[in-house]
Amino acid sequence: MSVLVFIELEDGKIKKSSREAIAYGAAIGEVTALALGSASNDELASAGENGATRVLHVADERLNAGLIQPFAEVISSVFASSGASILVTAKSSLADAVVGRVAVKSGASLASNVSALPDTSNGFVVKQSIYTGKATANMSLTSDKKILAIKKNAIELKTGGATASVEATSVSLDDAWFGAKIISSEKAEGDVLLPEADIVVSGGRGLKGPENWGMIEDLAKTLGAATGCSKPVSDMDWRPHHEHVGQTGVKVSPTLYIAVGISGAIQHLAGVNSSKYIVVINKDADAPFFKAADYGIVGDAFEVLPKLNEALKKALA
Amino acid sequence: MNILVCITHVPDTTSRIAFSDNNTKFDKTGVQFIIGPYDDYALARAVELKEASGGKVTVLNVGEVETEPTIRKALAIGADEAIRVNAFPSDSYFVAKQIAEVAKQGNYDLILMGRESIDFNGGMVHGMVAEMLGMQSFSPVMSLEIEGDTAKISREIEGGKEKLEVKLPFVAGCQEPIAEWKIPNMRGIMSARTKPLNVVEPSDNSTMTAVAQYELPAPKGAVKMIDANNVEELVSLLKNEAKVI
Ligand SMILES: Cc1cc2nc3c(=O)[nH]c(=O)nc-3n(C[C@H](O)[C@H](O)[C@H](O)COP(=O)(O)OP(=O)(O)OC[C@H]3O[C@@H](n4cnc5c(N)ncnc54)[C@H](O)[C@@H]3O)c2cc1C
Repeated sequence: MSVLVFIELEDGKIKKSSREAIAYGAAIGEVTALALGSASNDELASAGENGATRVLHVADERLNAGLIQPFAEVISSVFASSGASILVTAKSSLADAVVGRVAVKSGASLASNVSALPDTSNGFVVKQSIYTGKATANMSLTSDKKILAIKKNAIELKTGGATASVEATSVSLDDAWFGAKIISSEKAEGDVLLPEADIVVSGGRGLKGPENWGMIEDLAKTLGAATGCSKPVSDMDWRPHHEHVGQTGVKVSPTLYIAVGISGAIQHLAGVNSSKYIVVINKDADAPFFKAADYGIVGDAFEVLPKLNEALKKALA
Repeated sequence: MNILVCITHVPDTTSRIAFSDNNTKFDKTGVQFIIGPYDDYALARAVELKEASGGKVTVLNVGEVETEPTIRKALAIGADEAIRVNAFPSDSYFVAKQIAEVAKQGNYDLILMGRESIDFNGGMVHGMVAEMLGMQSFSPVMSLEIEGDTAKISREIEGGKEKLEVKLPFVAGCQEPIAEWKIPNMRGIMSARTKPLNVVEPSDNSTMTAVAQYELPAPKGAVKMIDANNVEELVSLLKNEAKVI
């Protein structure tokens, strides 16, 4: 079976979640990857490590910014001409906005938040994470064409494959697709992207104020982690909105989530319940977060964090 | 400004999720239903835009009769009229199709909804609707200002945000901080009773997916507590037991 995998680039580099999507695709068929915008041939060829055989590259610079309509048009057109019956992508802010359009254009069934390989013993059934991670639906995709958006960190990232062949591909771009004009963009430079991170260190109202976030950042730096926060923390502008984790914020699925001074309200837990391990540091032994944790420390964050950071530095040195 | 706001009717964020009939049906026992929190942001922004520069806000829900209290709440918050497409929202394609049909008859300048529902978390409906209507779509939208036939919006991208200038009409999937949730006041609640709520029948019954069965995750094991004066033990557990560092 031939599978097309749309890969997202971040400053010309293939995102980790897109590598997971390639690995997912390779487990069900022969993968052709599709990359849009500028990237080096070497970088694209490295999609082979995760299981892609070839990469189609539409290098037009107008596709460097992730604009929804042009992406939907180009992906749909390549999906149609590639002969693939399945399109796989990572679930992301961009993919969410794009795949609905592609599904309608392609007449495809669409499942998002897919957390496991399909079961093809009776039709084509995938596991979709629903109710913000509180349950799973076994979703049957009934159309011949199928689109799967894969939940981040849900698929084991396979490496060690060969290099993929890279083919420049041209799709004629219609000016009418570029109706939206980007005025400005702001991006956190050099940091680990929260939705992609393996480890997240997150702080809540218990940290008392933005001036105390140095402790969280230090710990994150030691661990190579991304930083997150609870909703009130971003509501009060202590931290930027894109760090807000939970039911109404970013849903994370890291291998390790460290929550500091966060009470563990059900809406916060909904955003972290796919984490493999959870560590909770809170001065209140009755904080509900401990019930959802694997490891817990009852203590004052202002005392525990510096000590923990030192101990981690020693252990990781 | 003629705005259509699409709302979902979903379990409250604190609900315990359970299934019945051999895990094939959502168990509504004891569950409180609300306007989807993201949809609620979209609605709040629509009402603000109307209050600032006039126009009309229509709310739309695809759902069976049980969703009417949720729709009335949206009217109490400030929508002027409501449409309910009388059907169970079987999948995102089906819902998008109903919304697109209603939209075709309304000549809307803006179609707003939440970035995703909090039951199926698909986040696909806004793109589908826009594609069906041949409009542009944006999501997740965190701010929205209108000047004449142009809108300035900001959209969250992973790790940051982007400001865009776009022409009306378009479809937007919204999230905070686009507006603050509005709590209906007594006057709103009274007037909601008499605002029009039109019920229409679905136009097309095709779907693209079907749920075969639901599953709940395995319960979490007990937490291991570590003394605050012995953080080395936590480090050792993370390294040797969990093997995550
Ligand atoms: C519809 C809806 C959606 C929501 N969505 C989200 C969401 O997506 N994400 C989210 O996070 N919230 C969300 N909320 C809010 C949520 O209900 C909680 O209010 C919020 O998560 C609490 O944040 P917190 O834990 O930082 O603060 P608090 O609940 O105030 O908890 C602070 C914690 O810090 C501890 N603490 C205090 N001082 C110290 C110290 N020195 N050392 C260690 N610990 C200390 C306290 O014991 C306490 O447990 C939502 C609410 C609603 C109604």
